[in-house]
Amino acid sequence: MSLLTIEGMDAAEISRLLDLADGFVEVLDRPVPKVPALQGRTIGMLFYEASTRTRMSFERAAKALSADTMSFTPSGSSVSKGESLKDTALTVGSMGPDLFVVRHGSTGAPWRVAEWTGLPVINAGDGAHQHPTQALLDCLTLRQHFGSIDGLRVAIVGDIRHSRVARSTAQAFAAMGASVTFVAPATLLPFDVGGWPVETTSDFDGLIAELDVVYMLRIQQERGGGDVFPSIGEYVNRFGLTRRRADRLPAHTMVLHPGPMNRGVEIDPAVADGPRSLVTKQVANGVAVRMAVLFDQLSGTGSR
Amino acid sequence: MPEVLDRDDLGRALRRIAHEIAERNHGTADLVLLGIPRRGVPLAQRIATVLEEIEGPKPPVGALDISMYRDDIASRPTPTMHGSSVPVDVTDRTVVLVDDVLFTGRTIRAALDAINGFGRPAAVQLAVLVDRGHRQFPIRADFVGKNLPTSGIEEVVVAVEEVDGVDSVRVEVAESPSGLEP
Amino acid sequence: MIILKGGTVFGADQTLADVAVDGGRVVEIGTVAAGPDDRVIDCSGAWVGPGLVDVHVHLREPGQEWKEDIASGSRSAAAGGFTTVVAMPNTEPAVDSGQMARYVHDRGVEAGVVRVVPSGTISLERAGRKLSHIDDLWAAGVRIFTDDGDSVADAGLLRRAMEYIAELGGIVAQHAEDSGLAGRGHMHEGAISSRLGMIGLPSMAETIIVERDIRLVELTGCRYHVQHVSARATIEVIRRAKAAGLPVTAEVAPHHLAFTDRLVESMNPVAKMYPPLRSDEDVAALRVGLADGTIDCVATDHAPHSAHEKDVPFEEAPRGVIGLETAAAAINTSCALPIADFFDRMAVRPGQLLGLETGPLVVGSPGDVTVFDPAANWTPETFVSKSANSPWIGHELTGRVRSTIYGGQVSFQLGEDGQ
Repeated sequence: MSLLTIEGMDAAEISRLLDLADGFVEVLDRPVPKVPALQGRTIGMLFYEASTRTRMSFERAAKALSADTMSFTPSGSSVSKGESLKDTALTVGSMGPDLFVVRHGSTGAPWRVAEWTGLPVINAGDGAHQHPTQALLDCLTLRQHFGSIDGLRVAIVGDIRHSRVARSTAQAFAAMGASVTFVAPATLLPFDVGGWPVETTSDFDGLIAELDVVYMLRIQQERGGGDVFPSIGEYVNRFGLTRRRADRLPAHTMVLHPGPMNRGVEIDPAVADGPRSLVTKQVANGVAVRMAVLFDQLSGTGSR
Repeated sequence: MPEVLDRDDLGRALRRIAHEIAERNHGTADLVLLGIPRRGVPLAQRIATVLEEIEGPKPPVGALDISMYRDDIASRPTPTMHGSSVPVDVTDRTVVLVDDVLFTGRTIRAALDAINGFGRPAAVQLAVLVDRGHRQFPIRADFVGKNLPTSGIEEVVVAVEEVDGVDSVRVEVAESPSGLEP
Repeated sequence: MIILKGGTVFGADQTLADVAVDGGRVVEIGTVAAGPDDRVIDCSGAWVGPGLVDVHVHLREPGQEWKEDIASGSRSAAAGGFTTVVAMPNTEPAVDSGQMARYVHDRGVEAGVVRVVPSGTISLERAGRKLSHIDDLWAAGVRIFTDDGDSVADAGLLRRAMEYIAELGGIVAQHAEDSGLAGRGHMHEGAISSRLGMIGLPSMAETIIVERDIRLVELTGCRYHVQHVSARATIEVIRRAKAAGLPVTAEVAPHHLAFTDRLVESMNPVAKMYPPLRSDEDVAALRVGLADGTIDCVATDHAPHSAHEKDVPFEEAPRGVIGLETAAAAINTSCALPIADFFDRMAVRPGQLLGLETGPLVVGSPGDVTVFDPAANWTPETFVSKSANSPWIGHELTGRVRSTIYGGQVSFQLGEDGQ
């Protein structure tokens, strides 16, 4: 019932959710972008990490489906009084939500909430592990732009090691038939990617003329991404999507970024705002994808 | 099982509906036809074509997806969304909803809600190819192609060329008695 | 008199015999006729051998009695077939003085179901800066010195400790973990940590410390014990040191012989301990090392944590699992050692580390005896310990402790007291 990970999802299942999301893209385009589909349903949002876009995106999605939301954030709440995740989940759970959306800094926290409460859980990001709705919105964005993901050559560039986005999005892209390359220095690659459907390289420039999609990631200082390269300048020099590097991309190549962006570090502002950028499209699609996922979880007798 | 309407009957029924629409609305000005997917959409197109023949400018035709407005979302498998396409602002226009079969009335109730997402029409009218009775809501059709009294164990199967490759309306014995609209 | 009837006795040879224990000693082995006042314990189908010895347990007293205390830990040990346990000194406050060590010892005597041998810290307050009160600790009966929970990072401090303790004849035991390499690691560094996005704790963090320490053993001649060996490469280092004749010993924990880092995929914190569960290769090498004697003994690293402490996301959970009540069964299930090796690694050699008279049962042996049924199947669900953070809950084990005799008294009997 829950949506915890992209792992194990095949192209058919991803496509089914993208098709559903396409429908909600149309709904969001209506003069009144709201439907009563989840009227009377309540969504408990447990966001243990600072989050602007994901949290607002889920809120927007829930409201566009006429669901109610109960939001929990640690600051100024019982967490500062020492309440555990389990007690919070059980407390909020007893107020009658139909589903939890959980973001947490620790791997597996959404699994534990599902186990403790017995309710379906959508993983809105756990540690450096998974972020399935991000992967789905990235797929939707590529499918909209290119028509199909199958056969696309994608580079995911930057702090792969500490990135849940890389872990989920790479799996989803690969499941949809893209060929994915991780581009990073050894200190920012996961220790062992054997068995992952990806190639790895530290030679961004060697790859750049062959790409359909460049997916830039932020350096995650807060997850231990500090002190893993000599200096920002040297990092930008080798792995930043500078204007000069962007000019070498094929004309049709598009740029994605999950946000928040460190302009001037991994991506030049002119590229971020330029014609190749699908960044705002990603954000818009995030709402439709989350509507699809919420609707899929809470409507009907379930398809899974 | 017996075919109730064949290709020609179906064409005649739609033609008659078009005439009634034109008569009731004194022409086609300010009309917009919204078909309910899937078979309501091609039926709306055909009615609009007839209206163009008999009255002049073809009224705009769109599709109104009601899947997000159903009252049984929780109790049925996750529905397929067909997508709405409403070509004009419906505010202050007369909307004619077009569907293939009118049964319990629940689809039309959902459609009335769905229209609100696109504006505030001056009036909403309903055209259906077949009215098979068994209403569960205070809803009636303004324009009916064929009244077809049925029992609960029967099913009205409408085929239209654009979707099914053939035009026909047949009554079949349902495999499981349906309490809901198809 | 207690008569242990009809078991296979680990004695001069392994034969079916009765063992009689009286006045704290083994008084007869052979066919023993029971008198009216004797307590006869049926041992048919079971092994009868010297009481098990665990050189590495955390009894949490003083300071963390909600997890365990010396009395509850003692009962847990008895239920696991142990007659001697070494309490680790990382309590609050730490056992860095003779007074603290005597407290632990005395509380063990009060509980009275297992011999509780205190160990002492290497550094004052276990802070890794100054030497602890080594002489006082020695006088209070401490034989094993360790800062367990943390590695002694400062090689200069460790050298001074080894020089000092070598003169006394004590043992320096090391929790081998280089803090720079271990970082904030939560689990074994490998394919699974990479996939789960958790910071990995590489095997090398252990091996590199043991390699360094063995240089200090060469220099000082101090007896050196590697705690909870987890990595294949570490076993190689120990094997070479032993071949060179250095006074090096090692222990392995039952969970490292049974589980790999795949258990972490459950996200359940019962899979969290340091050193972490490692790879298939490591587990295979540990089993070989225990079988061939490179690893001297099994030690549980019994580390109780209460439910509320483990009911958190994996990365936030404290490290450690309990092990006393499942150790014998787990070793039998994972390694299927023959009777002689089983008692050698679980009783004789760990006892020798402490200077106890452990050995095959003969007339005159201490009245510490364990009866273990190697064929009994069971699934752990509940525990005598105050805590239940066991990775074996729900896993079927083969082999079960039936009776424990400590100092000539029955300290545990399966089937009694709701067991």
